[in-house]
Amino acid sequence: MKRTILWVPLALFGLFFGIVAYGLINPADRTIESKMIGKPLPQFALPAAYDGRPALASADFGKGEPRLLNVFASWCLPCIAEAPVLEGMAKQGVPIDAIAIRDKPEDVAAFLRRNGNPYQRIGSDVKSSVQLAMGSSGVPETFVIDGKGVIRYQHVGDIRPEHVPTILEELRKAR
Amino acid sequence: MIAEAGLAALWLAFALAALQLALGVIGLWGRDTLLQAVRPVAAVQGLLTVTAFALLIWLFLRSDMSVALVAANSHSAKPWLYKFAGTWGNHEGSMLLWVTILALAGALVALFERRLNERTLMATLAAQAFIGLGFYAFLLFASNPFARLIPAAQEGQGLNPLLQDPGLAFHPPTLYFGYVGISIAFSFAVGALVTRDVGPDFARAMRPWVLISWVFLTLGITAGSYWAYYELGWGGWWFWDPVENASLMPWLAATALLHSVTVLATRDGLRAWTVMLAVVAFSMSMVGTFLVRSGILTSVHAFAVDPTRGSFILALLVIYIGGALALYALRVGTVREGSQFDLVSREGALVANNLLLSAILGVVLVGTLYPLAAEAVSGDKLSVGPPYFNTAAGPIALLLVTMMAAGPLLRWRRDDAKALLHRIAGPILISAVALLALVVLAPGTGIFPLLGLMLAGGVAAASVAPLWKRNLRRTPLFTWGMVIAHFGIAVCLAGMACESAFTKETLVAARVGETQSVGPFTVRLDSVEPVAGPNWTALEATLTARRGDGKTFILKPQARMFPSPPTETSEAAIATRLDGQLYTVLGKEDTQGRWQLRLWWKPWVTLIWLGGGLIALGGLLSLIGRARRERKAYDRKAYA
Amino acid sequence: MKAKHQRLTLGIIALIAIIGAGLLAMSALKDQAAYFYSPSDAKKAGVPTGQAIRLGGMVTGGSIVHEPDGVTIRFVVHDNSESVPVRFKGIVPDLFKENSGVVAEGSFAADGTFVADNILAKHDERYMPPQLEGEMHKTGKVE
Repeated sequence: MKRTILWVPLALFGLFFGIVAYGLINPADRTIESKMIGKPLPQFALPAAYDGRPALASADFGKGEPRLLNVFASWCLPCIAEAPVLEGMAKQGVPIDAIAIRDKPEDVAAFLRRNGNPYQRIGSDVKSSVQLAMGSSGVPETFVIDGKGVIRYQHVGDIRPEHVPTILEELRKAR
Repeated sequence: MIAEAGLAALWLAFALAALQLALGVIGLWGRDTLLQAVRPVAAVQGLLTVTAFALLIWLFLRSDMSVALVAANSHSAKPWLYKFAGTWGNHEGSMLLWVTILALAGALVALFERRLNERTLMATLAAQAFIGLGFYAFLLFASNPFARLIPAAQEGQGLNPLLQDPGLAFHPPTLYFGYVGISIAFSFAVGALVTRDVGPDFARAMRPWVLISWVFLTLGITAGSYWAYYELGWGGWWFWDPVENASLMPWLAATALLHSVTVLATRDGLRAWTVMLAVVAFSMSMVGTFLVRSGILTSVHAFAVDPTRGSFILALLVIYIGGALALYALRVGTVREGSQFDLVSREGALVANNLLLSAILGVVLVGTLYPLAAEAVSGDKLSVGPPYFNTAAGPIALLLVTMMAAGPLLRWRRDDAKALLHRIAGPILISAVALLALVVLAPGTGIFPLLGLMLAGGVAAASVAPLWKRNLRRTPLFTWGMVIAHFGIAVCLAGMACESAFTKETLVAARVGETQSVGPFTVRLDSVEPVAGPNWTALEATLTARRGDGKTFILKPQARMFPSPPTETSEAAIATRLDGQLYTVLGKEDTQGRWQLRLWWKPWVTLIWLGGGLIALGGLLSLIGRARRERKAYDRKAYA
Repeated sequence: MKAKHQRLTLGIIALIAIIGAGLLAMSALKDQAAYFYSPSDAKKAGVPTGQAIRLGGMVTGGSIVHEPDGVTIRFVVHDNSESVPVRFKGIVPDLFKENSGVVAEGSFAADGTFVADNILAKHDERYMPPQLEGEMHKTGKVE
């Protein structure tokens, strides 16, 4: 009896372990998926984020070829991490446009100078309004827009090399 | 080169910790001669980690953006103090600080602990090295602070603006000193279990570390509470946030340990229980670290959390705590029974203190983990907030404080209930007077504040009662320590009760030139103007406040905007008076050009942190007093 | 007192204390834990008036109305199928805006309006450098 009691603390600790291990293995799903998937891109016309690339409007999409739309910001760390991956996809011929969130032209220019510029057009979304309309809630996020201007796929977070095949596949399907 | 040197120092320290563990284990197996080598190894290990940490500080001060950690957390335009504090204002740096303190404490034990039986000491140092190994591995394999960024960044990503605050810069290290002190106590407990040598000598060796860590935890919690109070602009001083609980739980366990270790040192009682508490206290500091670092409870930043880190800390937790509890279950049955005592005695009161503290600890732990457990079992998403903690922990805390009034007035071993009643009559009378005064002067006060204030009065009186009819100059320093710490609890309790009972709040949308009133003050909004700081811009309101017909004074609350990363914070402006604080917050402008203003008059709120300071001061005096007495005893032994 | 006797007494007292604390904790948890509801969940479950819950969803575009007192706002929280009117008095967090996520802490009033004591806006810089976790806990209110 007394011997058994001595093991109670260890048993309680085991219970604690069970609970937190569950919490670690099943992290609550906190990604917010866009409600806009399968719907046409919202109407917008954004000014150029800096003078190195032309401005971006919803009319630039839906011209028959699928495009990637990357939402980024110069102040965002994971955006630096995904820059080389985007660069690589651009080299393979994937057309990529971007929206810079709450940014200043000089910061965007510096960011692109340092981390490479895979973008064809960059719009500046100073108030995050287009970002919210797209159903994006953070940076970086990347959308696949098909040839008719419909949002087909959303990638939340930085794109790592292992995500590239999925995205290329989505682009192919969106053709 | 600096970063590489730092990394090399860490690896060397890692190797030395392994050596220290090996020497200790083999030494305990029988080769006593090896034990001699353990002390110098521990000392060099301490030196190496200090070097590594100093190098990291240097990297931050130089704003070396080729180091990933610096680039992610610093900015060349930051004031130097925050570059300095940025060293540990992030995950990797804070873990490095943790092992630095750990190794340093191990070195101190190795160099200065002389009283304890040699074999127990070696087992202790081996346990310490074992803990160190885990954290070195965590640093080196899962969170290397010296990793290079290729190519180097041109500019850093800044430190979060919320962290650009002198109070917060020193808050984490304070808590870490507390956690590490507990880890030493834990090592002592493991050492004593290994050699089955649980007795007064062990308690005396452990006590200074418990006291030190308790002082630091108290300071850390007090400072953290004040930081949350003035920096967040919500007017509250405790939110029962999981991270706050993570610092409170080790404090509760350390408080219980502090009291039970005294019983063991003075009366050789509560042997098994004290060892258990040392294990629990360390578990709580590890659990705290785990909850904060793994982010499983705080959905806010869970997104950025790296699950491998959480798993790593959890693995360490299982090895250390699981191991220690298993050792406990196997060994403690063979530890000899300590000496006996009556229920009505100092020991009895300390047992009650321990039980009540453990009960509060349990309530807080259950509440903190409940959301996780509920999600695991039934899939419900829920949150447990202040209503739970206040209703569940409040009554136990009040009972505990009541016990605290009686405890120090009891004699060791055996006492008489009637005699106690006689001794405590004064404090009871004071409580009754306080209650009567409150009912007459402030009718309608809630039941908890009422009880709190009544108890605060009685406990304040009872805490100084042990000095009654004593020669104050001959009273030992540690008795003064106890008196001041207990008095601090009464002060703190009074502050909490006043804050919750008498706070006045005004929330309005005011035009420039309009005057508002809150409590005894009138506050006029003179202007709202943009201002700029080194790395932020802000809207600043100028408020002219006045108490009754007294002199006017100016308050300038701000709503600040930081560009990198874009964040907004509100800087409350607080005017401190002898009897409380006027707390003002600037909100948003509405469509009609009015400004939201939130004003609080919080009578006696400052007592909360003053009490916290007194508690820590009491602990410090006690530490000095004990150290002096130990030294005297040691010298006597040495000369004899 | 005899040794065995003392251990037994202490053991019993400890047991009573632990059970008491456990009961207290359990009953408090039953009453005080705030469950998380989306507007549809809340409609379906029929949350009793006055019970503290958390309501999470999106702020409907164009629904934010400022009352004349300048400190009270009304808005609608929806989750694509159901919506709930919310009233809040106080200073809203900086990241609170229309068409964006929100979590409101509070309870339902008799008229079916959700009265919020606290507004937590969805944090949209969720790519906070991971190193800040922990120290950032204080933004817990800006979820």
